[in-house]
Amino acid sequence: MSSPIIDVRNVVKKFKKFTAVDKVSFSVDKGEMFAFLGPNGAGKTTTIRMLTTLLKPTSGKIEINGFDPLTEQQRVRSSFGIVFQDFSLDNELTALENLRFHAALYSVPKKLAEERIHHLLKLVDLWERRNDFIKTYSGGMKRRLEIARGLVHHPKILFLDEPTLGLDPQTRNTMWDYIKKLNKDEGMTVFFTTHYMHEAEKYANRTAIIDHGKLLVMGTPDQLKKKTKTASLEEAFLKLTGHGIRDESSKSIDALRTAAKSWGNR
Amino acid sequence: MKAIYVMWLRQLIRFWRTKSRIVASLAQPILFLVALGFGLGPIYAKSGAGNYIQFLAPGIIGMSILFTAMFAGMEVIWDRQFGFLKETLVSPSSRFSIFLGRTLGGATVALIQGIIIFVITLAIGFRPENVILLPVALVFMFLLAFIFTALGTALAIKVEDMQAFPLIMNFIIMPVFFLSGALYPLTTASGPIKTIALFDPLSYQIDAIRSLLTGVANFGLGLDLMVSLMCAALVTIMGIYFFNRVEV
Ligand SMILES: Nc1ncnc2c1ncn2[C@@H]1O[C@H](COP(=O)(O)OP(=O)(O)O)[C@@H](O)[C@H]1O
Ligand SMILES: [Mg+2]
Repeated sequence: MSSPIIDVRNVVKKFKKFTAVDKVSFSVDKGEMFAFLGPNGAGKTTTIRMLTTLLKPTSGKIEINGFDPLTEQQRVRSSFGIVFQDFSLDNELTALENLRFHAALYSVPKKLAEERIHHLLKLVDLWERRNDFIKTYSGGMKRRLEIARGLVHHPKILFLDEPTLGLDPQTRNTMWDYIKKLNKDEGMTVFFTTHYMHEAEKYANRTAIIDHGKLLVMGTPDQLKKKTKTASLEEAFLKLTGHGIRDESSKSIDALRTAAKSWGNR
Repeated sequence: MKAIYVMWLRQLIRFWRTKSRIVASLAQPILFLVALGFGLGPIYAKSGAGNYIQFLAPGIIGMSILFTAMFAGMEVIWDRQFGFLKETLVSPSSRFSIFLGRTLGGATVALIQGIIIFVITLAIGFRPENVILLPVALVFMFLLAFIFTALGTALAIKVEDMQAFPLIMNFIIMPVFFLSGALYPLTTASGPIKTIALFDPLSYQIDAIRSLLTGVANFGLGLDLMVSLMCAALVTIMGIYFFNRVEV
């Protein structure tokens, strides 16, 4: 038995009266690939924000790599890399500058950083475009760069919040294969969310399904299929969470971005 | 340390890459300088107070720094909207160094802006009395830049709202500017203004810059320095407090 590197006990997050995450408990073992699935608004991103010190839980206990995100923030933050659901690059900087900036924030020694950056940029096929400004990048290129960025400091845990959203199948496959390789070779733990069930089915050792803030089931994809008597994870997912369509409430950020663009500021 | 440096560097790179904005932001101080300097100058001279440009120039230098510094907070708002704020806040670098680096970067940009305006005042006819004191004046210009960049940055992380932020900034900037003695001598101002100006942090840096460049002092350099340092410490503490607690 390997020890859990992510441990979540009875975590609750309330936004005023609304409970976004409701008494969630789970743990992820070192070296696991763990898929955290759920419809829009289920509470996936909110959970990740709590795991990554960006949000304080209302109650409950979290341990990341043996550290408490509330009291040992610095240690927790050095333990993981993250690709956020929304883009988080500096558009006014080049790809190379974005990665160097990241390396500096994570105190990666200069020479080592340059080696890794070179390697990672080649890997995500952006080396030729390294000196271009991010504002000239397509969505897929940005995503690839963000994945590369999340790996520059060689984290023990990699959080991926819908990393493949908007990527073409070629890029998705390359990306997952590389992450799987890192997971195998380096023992990097991967915690990811996705709406593509076959990605979870193919790459996750274990899967948890969350809806309305509550954890519904947890197990290997096979166990979940068996439990729900379905043939695929997608069917299992639909059986558990229903067929109703969910809206993601926080679309306002897109409106803001459009406004920002029309102001010509960036 | 490294984080402070890269945060600082980033602000400068971004400043350099948006040079068109620099030109635009020079327009307002130049307008004030020309309109007030040449418009009110003759009356000022008639009243026996001397050369108004000579009096006004340090005030306008202060004004350009104040405006640029406070609006450095807008960068925080943009960074939040574009997600980049998260990238910095999730890193193991301390929030203290992130805040300080940003603030030093914004303050450096504001200082550069102030120096450009200073050069322009020279072209318009401003003549510093004592060039040797210029470096000391630069110290106070930097303090001014630092205090208000820190304030703008701290408020921006707190306010979040992109539309509300410029309104709040103007709500603060206008009284701070007009009640500071940037435009008129506090010594001859009427009682209430004199009293209010005592509580306006900007009064002290303007006073210092003016007395170093033209020899006309109101509070005296010792008090100017003390108040400025205290304000700088206060807004830094406030900024770190907000940065440590922000959730993104
Ligand atoms: N800052 C917030 N204030 C209020 N409600 C929020 C906030 N952030 C998220 N929520 C709500 O919490 C729920 C879960 O959101 P989220 O974790 O983003 O879902 P998911 O990532 O699974 O799509 C949603 O209903 C969302 O509207
Ligand atoms: Mg989400």
